[in-house]
Amino acid sequence: MSASEIPILRLGTVLLAGLGSELDDKTAVLFADELSRQVADTGARAVVLDITKLDVIDSFAARILVEIATMARLLGARVVLAGMRYPVAITLVELGLGLPGVLTALSVEHALKKLSTPESPRERPGGSRVR
Amino acid sequence: MLGERQRAREEIARVVGAHRERIVAAWIVAQEGGAATAGAVGGEELREDAETLVSCLLEALTSPVPVEGLVARSAPLKSAVTGLSHRWARIGVSATAIARAVFSLKDSCAAILAEETPDLELRLDATELLCRIFDDAALLTFQSYVDGREEIIQRQNRQLLEISTPVVRLWRGVLAVPLIGTLDSGRAQIVMESLLKGIQEHEAAVAIIDITGVPTVDTAVAQHLMQTVAATRLMGADCILSGIRPQIAQMIARLGIDLSEIITRSSLADALTAAMRMVDDLRPAEEARSESALIP
Repeated sequence: MSASEIPILRLGTVLLAGLGSELDDKTAVLFADELSRQVADTGARAVVLDITKLDVIDSFAARILVEIATMARLLGARVVLAGMRYPVAITLVELGLGLPGVLTALSVEHALKKLSTPESPRERPGGSRVR
Repeated sequence: MLGERQRAREEIARVVGAHRERIVAAWIVAQEGGAATAGAVGGEELREDAETLVSCLLEALTSPVPVEGLVARSAPLKSAVTGLSHRWARIGVSATAIARAVFSLKDSCAAILAEETPDLELRLDATELLCRIFDDAALLTFQSYVDGREEIIQRQNRQLLEISTPVVRLWRGVLAVPLIGTLDSGRAQIVMESLLKGIQEHEAAVAIIDITGVPTVDTAVAQHLMQTVAATRLMGADCILSGIRPQIAQMIARLGIDLSEIITRSSLADALTAAMRMVDDLRPAEEARSESALIP
């Protein structure tokens, strides 16, 4: 299996990855694979996915994002989706996908700020979720 | 049958052509006497309208256009009739009065026909044909009147959509949408889009949706609000719902709508206070401290 095309940067205990304008099925699967390995290897406490450039999303890609969040949580890291464009947000809501268990932030900067605060009940799988 | 109809048509054309002036004059007298259009349409204008109508009718009669659906098929006659309807409608003449005016033109033509056509059978055929043409014309005035109204309603609807969803910036990182009027799915969609666009542009951390001006909340409206809140959360912002009046709160409770996921405040002021606290929490401590040091 070839490595993911999406570069993953390591900033201390945070892993940062910037997604392109499209997330096709193959790239998404490879990326989830690579990311889980890196989280386990580096013992990262958080993953920030910069999706500012992403302007198209489908249900498969959305599911992969939720899977990434679940998997990272199992490995002890929080996942923040940063900078979602409004058309993507509308698409997700219309598809009925609220991305449960995923933290969101306006930008990478906000994401890092949010990560510096303790975990809120909303992100915990047992707590209330974004619907 | 066809021959008779053709003869009747030619007869109308002959009589109307020969006595245009009399028809126009009789019609104007009828209009000025009639209460419906009296005062609304000036004498000059009446004459002009009558002459246009009569000459277009003549043109249609002498053209090769078949008698069936003459009004709809003859372009000049059609535009003359719809033009009259639009113009009169604009100055406040009712649809009935416009149709009646067209009928009274038929009466003037029929009166002349009665005097000028000695052959009884031909007169009968011609009058029948005349009736049919003017019935169509009157129906057309009515239709174009309704169309005109419909267009105005559509335009106002669009304008209402445009003006009714302003997104205002209340504080650094705080946006508000004051909603006024009933929320249908079309409006809710536009509100959601403009709010999300605003969040993206201003990097706003908190969005306040104020529903003080929304008269009722049903399950559909609540659904739209929940969707908007879910979308703002996906973008990384938080949403506060404010301006829930007691009746609305009762209605929400009675309908069993679950808004527990949404932060709610009773007034916009309370919502703004909450929003400012939330925005402040997001800033690093040093920044907040250094700023408060500047304000004595």
